[in-house]
Amino acid sequence: MSEPGTFGLPVPPPTVNLETQRFWDATREGRLELPRCDDCGDVVWYPREHCGPLGDSSVTWFEASGRGTVYSCTVTRRIGGSWRAATPFVLAYVELEEGPRVLTNIVGCDPETVHIGQAVQAVFDPTPDGPALLRFTPA
Amino acid sequence: MYEHPGRELPDRTLPQIHAEVAAGALADAGLSLDDVDAYYSAGDAPGFGALSMAEYLGLDLTYIDDTETGGSAYLVHVQHAAAAIAAGQVNVALITLAGKPRTGGAGPGGSARFSSAPEASFENQFGMSVPGGYALAAARHMHEFGTTSEQLAEVKVAASTHAQHNPNAFLQDVVTVDEVVSSPMISDPLHRLDCCVITDGGGALVLVSEAVAASLNRHCVPVLGTGTAIKHTSGGRIDLTHTGATRSGPLAFAEAGVTPADIDYVSIYDSFTITVLMTLEDLGFCAKGGGGSFVSDGALQAPNGVLPFNTDGGGLCNNHPANRGGMTKVVEAVRQLRGEAHPAVQVPDCELALAHGTGGSLATRMGSATLVMGRSA
Ligand SMILES: [Zn+2]
Repeated sequence: MSEPGTFGLPVPPPTVNLETQRFWDATREGRLELPRCDDCGDVVWYPREHCGPLGDSSVTWFEASGRGTVYSCTVTRRIGGSWRAATPFVLAYVELEEGPRVLTNIVGCDPETVHIGQAVQAVFDPTPDGPALLRFTPA
Repeated sequence: MYEHPGRELPDRTLPQIHAEVAAGALADAGLSLDDVDAYYSAGDAPGFGALSMAEYLGLDLTYIDDTETGGSAYLVHVQHAAAAIAAGQVNVALITLAGKPRTGGAGPGGSARFSSAPEASFENQFGMSVPGGYALAAARHMHEFGTTSEQLAEVKVAASTHAQHNPNAFLQDVVTVDEVVSSPMISDPLHRLDCCVITDGGGALVLVSEAVAASLNRHCVPVLGTGTAIKHTSGGRIDLTHTGATRSGPLAFAEAGVTPADIDYVSIYDSFTITVLMTLEDLGFCAKGGGGSFVSDGALQAPNGVLPFNTDGGGLCNNHPANRGGMTKVVEAVRQLRGEAHPAVQVPDCELALAHGTGGSLATRMGSATLVMGRSA
């Protein structure tokens, strides 16, 4: 694994494909772009070109606020591989203001202080190849 | 049915373990490989899966099924086999599981297969270990329902009181609530002793038609009800506080025509203590959020607890071959119904048993499968 990123966590490059290109391109510019279903209005996560329940419905991309709250979190203290050096770190689900719950890390703070319900703000942690990982820091 | 007695098998290949458990289960039934017309395997089978293993085992098949839902797959296989037998398409079905995560690495799980999944780059980049994922579910359950670490520990304590009677169990020492909550924290709130063991081993099941059963000199346990359900992240709307058992359980109970109150013994997939607690709630053995108080005061301890569970010691103490616990859940339930569990943990007059598997992760996507089985045909 390469050098840790801005926040001391591994920054493994994502696999970018036709469906997720727009999401990852935006992260290079520090923006959170998400697909919203043209039929039901739900914001779909993970990013894709259709809305799950309606199958073949179309989506429109928009720039999201990056604001959210911690839905659940855990301080990982023991783990193997490239993440071992990063312990203790916070793995979390953040519920975005726009609806989706996204798996992420809470960074830029004491891991012991992170808690459910905490307000957080998106930060973009660049990977060596350019796309940035969507992580969060206390608001 | 058959459970491999080994927990560390450095001198066996993965196919050899599949062959050993297949032979063991068929011998238990009084059948041979030549009698098998249907074969079921899941992601632990290497190569082409069931096709590769059928060739290795020398099976001549007219029915094959590779359904993969992780650790619950073997219960799904039972459902599928029962349906195929009922449809007259199958007479003798064989299901095998084998793995050596302790001495042989992760096995054929297919990192390439998982890294090409559409969700991969939105989950794999954040250091989610298996305990970490289940910890997210546990933390949210605690937040919403006030569940405590001490209550989770009761699940491990019950498993350990059973495992002391199992000479094959990987961990045979009885532990206390204090020992569980003071074991090293892996991923808050899950301690080391909230986690299942990592072992080699395997198991196999044989299901037969009623006509074949009548010809066998062996106690055959009827499958009375089955249910399968999946749960996933639903486009970003995951609820971490329940499992697919909320749907697989009622399906199995309805088909069997029984209710949770009728069940004498349960095998509940226990990848972690939180898995058991949430599953018991979702199957209806207690109210949602009431799992913590339900498992307290020895409720899960055989033979006299309110709901004896995992009398072999389960994944928390006995074994967890291939990191997949569904197979051994069925095996111990069959032992209980046959009256062949260890005498210290045999449930008296065990007439109805439930086995439940959870595959995948509580934190993302899972396949849940429930079986209700009876004592006699
Ligand atoms: Zn929609």
